[in-house]
Amino acid sequence: MRREIPLIITGIVGVGFVIQYFIPHAPFSYMSDWFSDWFSIVGACAIVLGALNLMKMSAQKVIRKKKDWGYALVIIASFLLIVIIGLSEGKDFRVPGTRFDWLYNYMYIPLSATMFAILAFFVASASYRAFRARNFEATLLLVAAFFVMLGRVPVGDVLSGFMPEGWRLSDLASWVMNYPQSAGQRAIMIGIGLGIVSTSLRVILGIERSHIGGGK
Amino acid sequence: MEHFALWLAAFLTLGIISFLYKDNAWYKLTEAIFVGLSAGYWFVTLFWDNFYGKFWIGKGEHAYLYVGAFLGLLMLLRLIPKIGWISRWPLSFIVGATSGLWLINYFSSNIMKQVQATIFPLFSSQYGAGFDAGAATVIGNLVIFLGTFTGLVYFFFSKEHKGAFGYTAKVGIWVIMITFGASFGYTVMSRMSLFIGRIDFLLSDWLGMIL
Amino acid sequence: MSTKAKEILAITIIVIFCLIFYIRKVNGGEGILFSSLVAWLVIGAMVLSLVWILILTIRGRLISRRVVFIYVGIALALPLFMPFTQRIPISPEVRALYNSVETLKPGSKVLISFDFDPPSAPELQPMAESFIRLCFERDLKVIIMGLWPQGPQQANMALEKVLSDEKMKVKNLQYGEDYVNLGFQTGNEFVIQRMGSSFESMFPTDYRGTAYDSLPLVRNVKNFSNIDYSFNLSAGFPGSVEWVQIAVDRYGVQLGLGNTAVQAPQMYTYLNAGQITGILGGMNGGAEFEFLCKYKGKATKFMLSQSFAHMIVIAFIIIGNVAFFLGGRKSALKKS
Repeated sequence: MRREIPLIITGIVGVGFVIQYFIPHAPFSYMSDWFSDWFSIVGACAIVLGALNLMKMSAQKVIRKKKDWGYALVIIASFLLIVIIGLSEGKDFRVPGTRFDWLYNYMYIPLSATMFAILAFFVASASYRAFRARNFEATLLLVAAFFVMLGRVPVGDVLSGFMPEGWRLSDLASWVMNYPQSAGQRAIMIGIGLGIVSTSLRVILGIERSHIGGGK
Repeated sequence: MEHFALWLAAFLTLGIISFLYKDNAWYKLTEAIFVGLSAGYWFVTLFWDNFYGKFWIGKGEHAYLYVGAFLGLLMLLRLIPKIGWISRWPLSFIVGATSGLWLINYFSSNIMKQVQATIFPLFSSQYGAGFDAGAATVIGNLVIFLGTFTGLVYFFFSKEHKGAFGYTAKVGIWVIMITFGASFGYTVMSRMSLFIGRIDFLLSDWLGMIL
Repeated sequence: MSTKAKEILAITIIVIFCLIFYIRKVNGGEGILFSSLVAWLVIGAMVLSLVWILILTIRGRLISRRVVFIYVGIALALPLFMPFTQRIPISPEVRALYNSVETLKPGSKVLISFDFDPPSAPELQPMAESFIRLCFERDLKVIIMGLWPQGPQQANMALEKVLSDEKMKVKNLQYGEDYVNLGFQTGNEFVIQRMGSSFESMFPTDYRGTAYDSLPLVRNVKNFSNIDYSFNLSAGFPGSVEWVQIAVDRYGVQLGLGNTAVQAPQMYTYLNAGQITGILGGMNGGAEFEFLCKYKGKATKFMLSQSFAHMIVIAFIIIGNVAFFLGGRKSALKKS
């Protein structure tokens, strides 16, 4: 019962979406529409579950006074701050000028943007320490990277200004992106596509059961 | 308020940047604020955009939505360990729906369409148009065809990479390397752009140093 | 002096420096612009110091990662004070996207999906601004949505900036008639799938909570068949791949892409297969598009910093490799 029902649900829903592609008319079109709407709601609940779980874990950390419990308290406080403000603003919560919008502009944006921005430094550091032309393949990688890095910024054409029009670094970078790069991406894309198709089939047919805890 | 807001934003920005020096209390504080704010942001947005929009504004019109709401509630049961196993039902729904949609989408767009775009007349710009393609197009078409073919051969591991097959796979790995190189170049471009955005905030919006 | 004392001293100096400049700004102080001579001197000093790093590395002394960090920071920040301008070459994929918008008739409905969050904004926000500006200039109707929750808020910022322009004020553009922001909806690719049969089902209200039916611009928009062109600003999943797979390949939507540079290389495959009309890849793509739109936005402004940053990364790769091949067997690089 604990395994059969989930497997049946997976099978029916999966097959429903496959059939809908070939017969996009009633009743299969309704099935697809309903499933899409349900997916949207269940997806939202899954994210809410994640947020509540975070609160639960943080609260446990604070109550048990575990290491760094002060930061867990900050997590709870900032969660409550934005939730209380967001819910009290009403349906216009995101309109420019609201308190929620203020939090977004002056707290959320600086934090999230900087968190990802500092990767720039690690990319440069790794390039210095680990990016070596040890063999022909690595050299190809390096040369392609140089062409693209120089050709995709205006300085590339300044450096190759002596070359005739159509042969400058920007043109070469464009050629690399549109032809050999596209070909390699396509090979990878087809490979990944075949993997996804076969995994999806295994899931729909009930062969792949890891999402319900695996086993028979 | 404007002054406070700018200094607060700068304090949080510099707090994250301080990680470049070393892991420290300032960074940990800003990190914790970020985690809490992110979770709260999602919570509020989902409440108004999803639940409010679907169940308050459109209530009564689409009764079938309540089945989705029921499945969603089952998902939340994961928080209660004793009956947490019921959350596998909505999870199965999510997995089944994703598998069904992806099976078709990937097969159609990422396999069939790509194969179709690889196999085409090399010397003409379109089917049946004769020898009308320029030299650059012909070379480009050849690179696309050979690059994709050899790249796929490289990914075929059911046969040992020896002899003619091995040489083809070798060319394939060269194409893949060029692809990775280009991707690396673009990644550098992306990462640098993101930090330029933060510098713009610090030096322009906050300190007014840039024209 | 102990490390702690050094740290406190450094923080104090930084705070004083920031306070001085902040007070200067509040009192109406203008931005700083180097003269050409100073700019060239700065560049010269950087080149010389890189040569010194090369010598050190060849001798087997690997510089610390913090030094690399400082160089990257300088390469990104100092060009913002330099007076140089650069010619931006236009790539065919950017021109193709611009041309596809140019061919749309006035009054055509353009759907823009904001599928990104603040971390990707430096790359995608300039594209969003110049694209919306182009749409309004050509009297196209703009429908905005987002598969990422932060998307519609980023859209508001772009709209605010575009609408504050004097040229746009003259047009007297009205919310609900000339443009609309439908907000965000969960469900990733299933949102696009459902929009194939009904927009209203996924977006019963706009981002302000106004019912879909009450918005004149979208009242008659049932599904993708009522959309003339679609533009997707994407930073990952859900985003461009899903738009191509569902909106383009299933429902026949004409689609253009604005991607972060990390995501862009993958999209060239779709471009080559004719599934999309064009790509704006990264901040550079944004700058090229701004050039075509005859508008100087942030992407154009930051291109010099971008150029310098690329040169610094290339310089460090070259230093690392030269030292690797010229350095002795005991070189720190060979061990690393």
